Amino acid sequence: MNGVHDMGGLQNFGPILPEQHEPPFHHEWERRAFGLTLAMAGAGMWNLDQARAARESLPPARYLASSYYRIWLDALSKLMLERGLVTFEELADGRLREPPAGTRGVLTADRVASALARGSSTYRALVGSARYSVGDAVRTRVVHPQSHTRLPRYCRGKRGTVAKLHGAHVFADANARGNGEEAQWLYTVRFAASELWGPDTTAAAIHVDCWEPYLEGC
Amino acid sequence: MDLRVRALESLLVEKGYVDPKALDLLIETYETKVGPHNGARVVAKAWADPQYRKWLLEDATAAIAALGYTGRQGEHMIALENTVRVHNIVVCTLCSCYPWPVLGLPPVWYKTAPYRARAVIDPRGVLADFGVSVPDDVEIRVWDSTAEIRYLVLPERPPGTDGWTEEELSMLVTRDSMIGTGVPTPPPRTPRERS
Repeated sequence: MNGVHDMGGLQNFGPILPEQHEPPFHHEWERRAFGLTLAMAGAGMWNLDQARAARESLPPARYLASSYYRIWLDALSKLMLERGLVTFEELADGRLREPPAGTRGVLTADRVASALARGSSTYRALVGSARYSVGDAVRTRVVHPQSHTRLPRYCRGKRGTVAKLHGAHVFADANARGNGEEAQWLYTVRFAASELWGPDTTAAAIHVDCWEPYLEGC
Repeated sequence: MDLRVRALESLLVEKGYVDPKALDLLIETYETKVGPHNGARVVAKAWADPQYRKWLLEDATAAIAALGYTGRQGEHMIALENTVRVHNIVVCTLCSCYPWPVLGLPPVWYKTAPYRARAVIDPRGVLADFGVSVPDDVEIRVWDSTAEIRYLVLPERPPGTDGWTEEELSMLVTRDSMIGTGVPTPPPRTPRERS
């Protein structure tokens, strides 16, 4: 989706303002919003790519005006509503009205440490071989899917070189649609900065991780 | 917001979707246990131990796991070596992908528009905002974390640190130097100031 979240190359956002000795959270509600989002992921009712897609699909003006954990919270509410885990009225005041809906699990305290330490590898064994090798010239496709994609707008239709092959990984575009993982070969592609920006850049090269369906030979 | 989130929390606990003890543990983990001190240990070891450095550059996931840092948002790691000719800088233009096990949760600036927009087109301008100047003959390579690969910059070891222990070296490694928006803290001029 060509959303405002896809910010690479936009201008006029002003300077970066680093905060000295920044704490992990700035408000109590951020702390809880973070924890609730991770805890609810443990219910197994959506995958990480669907969560990302939910954040990106907030109305553009609201996305730009919202702080990071506000976006997380709005996306969490949206995901829970869509799956019938809560009702709009319950979200409005926090008062229980409906019995709980079934989930695929609950992340219990005894499993937190092991779940975090294990993580969730996206590597998948895939039969066959990757189409491209390190050093191959490739071109990214010109595509504008309406759904979640990880191919930023600034590097579509651009020529680059395969810098690394990572094996096959869960294809975020497919996983976000909820149609299964559809693992695809994943590459790091190196683009000369001039290929992306002409003379108006101070970078030498930009590297983007691209699944095979993003690429064609050239 | 505090009220709204508190209401949401009690609703989700009441529904049985969230274990309140798990919630506290999740927050505590990322607030107190996981942070850039983990990555600093990785970098310091790579500075002090050539074999480890080689391993880190060849298979960062395994080399980092050997120090006990694994898991969520660090399942697939790549280490990027800064040299006298190359400076690496990491961004997630689409959102906030960041190597949690070694750096903790990302700072606000990493997640907001000014950085996400500019890092891929004008990294020298970004570095200037951080007060960092990289010589013109050093090429700047940008890494946009668009998939599940997470990047850790291995900054150059500061001169004047011969014979330092890993623990002493790790004190020079800043979070920003592992993202590429900073450089390690220069060592004090005399050993006496080291303590």
